[in-house]
Amino acid sequence: MVTNSAATAVGISASKIIPLSMTALLGLFIVGFVGFSHLEVVHNAAHDTRHSLAFPCH
Amino acid sequence: MSLFRNIVFTAVIAGLLSGLLLTVMQSFSTVPLILQAEVFENAAPETGHSHDAAPAAAGAAAPAAEHQHGEEAWAPADGFERFIYTAAADMLSAIGFALVLVAASEAFGGFKGWRGGLMFGIAGFLAVILAPGLGLPPELPGMPAAELGPRQIWWVSTAVCTAIGLGLIAYTRSAVFAALAIVLLIAPHLVGAPLPPSHETAVPMDLHARFVNAVYATNLVFWAVLGALTGVVRERFRAGEEASAGSPAKLASR
Repeated sequence: MVTNSAATAVGISASKIIPLSMTALLGLFIVGFVGFSHLEVVHNAAHDTRHSLAFPCH
Repeated sequence: MSLFRNIVFTAVIAGLLSGLLLTVMQSFSTVPLILQAEVFENAAPETGHSHDAAPAAAGAAAPAAEHQHGEEAWAPADGFERFIYTAAADMLSAIGFALVLVAASEAFGGFKGWRGGLMFGIAGFLAVILAPGLGLPPELPGMPAAELGPRQIWWVSTAVCTAIGLGLIAYTRSAVFAALAIVLLIAPHLVGAPLPPSHETAVPMDLHARFVNAVYATNLVFWAVLGALTGVVRERFRAGEEASAGSPAKLASR
């Protein structure tokens, strides 16, 4: 099992790389916008979420 | 592109459900503590300890405080509106985390069911909540903190280093990589998080202690549920992928 998954990790098919990196970037963008944006309005709207997820705030 | 679409659907379903659960847990645990801390935050500047003064008056006197909520910026009204925005932000964050989680797992061969998803969820908790929290404990409104920019940089670096370190431990078998993983896990804490010049605050210590506990407890449950749900939903979609799109080739190859 372990060697199997390691092998697939190395041999990740080229067709998968683009969709996977796109999804990862989309996810990071969403989290970055909600949790890290310096826009005052976004900060105020997501205020309790930022504190409750222990994101740096204020 | 069906892979991209399926991952997005998976993340949206798992994120909406676990984000909703997180919002419900928060509204009983962390949010009441945040509201209590805001009373101290608004009472603190200059006016001294006049807690009984009308909150509106205290708010009007507040702009002198270091606190950056400008008076002109829009903010949701307390109560239901604020709850709705918190719920939306929770679900959006959950969807974002789920997208990254699925992408990472697919790069290493997929979740293989809820158990694998749960492992990834726990790893997410370690990388996103626990490791950054060791240097920058969850903070309540009105607590002193260093400049926002450096703290965000330290937070992101710590999360990334921890995630890579955990990945190396889980997916490699050489001693060199294990050593590198340990260095990555420890290095951010040796560097140290940016700290405020003074830790003095009007927010009581026990309020903060209860808040830290509540944050860790709710987020552990949230990440475990997010991971397991993502694993389950992803497996459903994968079954569909193989049954419809790839069936002739897949069947022939078996």
